[in-house]
Amino acid sequence: MIGPIISSGIISSAWDNLFAILLGMGFGFALEASGFSSSRKIIGTFFGYDFVVVKVFFTAAIVASLGLLYLNYLGLIDYSLLYIQPTFLTSAIVGGVVMGIGFAMAGFCPGTSLCAAAVGRIDGLVFFGGMFIGVFLFSEAFPLFENLYYSGSQGSPMINSVFGISPELFTFILVLAAVGMFVGASWVQKKVKKVEY
Amino acid sequence: MKKINNDGTFYLNPYLGGVILGTVLLLSFYISGRGLGASGAVKNSVAATVNAVAPQHVERSAYYSQFAGGDKKPMSNWLVFEVLGVLAGAFLSGIIFNRLKIKVEHSPKITERRRLLFALGGGLIFGFGSQLARGCTSGAALSGMAVLSLGGYITMIAIFGTAFGAAWLFRKNWI
Repeated sequence: MIGPIISSGIISSAWDNLFAILLGMGFGFALEASGFSSSRKIIGTFFGYDFVVVKVFFTAAIVASLGLLYLNYLGLIDYSLLYIQPTFLTSAIVGGVVMGIGFAMAGFCPGTSLCAAAVGRIDGLVFFGGMFIGVFLFSEAFPLFENLYYSGSQGSPMINSVFGISPELFTFILVLAAVGMFVGASWVQKKVKKVEY
Repeated sequence: MKKINNDGTFYLNPYLGGVILGTVLLLSFYISGRGLGASGAVKNSVAATVNAVAPQHVERSAYYSQFAGGDKKPMSNWLVFEVLGVLAGAFLSGIIFNRLKIKVEHSPKITERRRLLFALGGGLIFGFGSQLARGCTSGAALSGMAVLSLGGYITMIAIFGTAFGAAWLFRKNWI
């Protein structure tokens, strides 16, 4: 079957929401089982005492990127039907910086806060509640941020095209960089004082 | 594959956890043609709530009207169902690895109240930023990286780069 199987009409789109629940379950399970329901484990990356975030995040990115390229190579997926987010340079940077501050304050991102709430962490639930307020404030103040929101529009470019290389070569370099990061992270973790949590 | 954590609970080996997460993400693209997300479900919930309370306000808003009002059904959305699944999957993992416990997790050096205030503030700021960047760590950064999206990489670098610096500012909360 050539994927994506819903968009290409192989399976009725009525099934899409059921798959959403199942995929979400896999997502939540992977995050929680890796330790992402603990803000103190997540934040360890930024102080060097636990690099679980770096290891899980980049391993997942490599597996998914390589997997998509293989499926494409084997003719099992129609890359043109995949949703690739449009790039708005300015808002991607400013939004990312704002999120980074929230991340450092709370030790959660939206997905991990949900996992924390699901296993009974009240701080996870409170973070998730805070997100509703933040999203509401942004939506209400949208006219103020509208220019920023739409500025720096680039279409939906792929990062390899920026460097003028093939997707395969870029992904190969990504794998090398990630392995380098994993080795470096393990080295730093051995040097840094343990934090009990 | 498992290692014993300080409190006697188990975590998966991080690389195994990453392979599982990456495989779920790959399946998401293969089945539904899109990546995983989280903040989008909050956006749709907020838009649906405002639409229920003040439908004219939604119609007039250049932001809400993209997701709610008219024939749009913001709560019957792929991401909303996916996020319900996230809760269920994390709960299941909590049962299997014996981590279900109602508590506020915080450094012994700070009070519960301080932790909750920072969690609330951090959530608010993260929620705000996720709208500006059109997605969060999962929807914009991770899923974007999987399809080699330039924006995904930029958002990822902005989030992690800023958090590295900002974590130092907030270090009293953590170490």
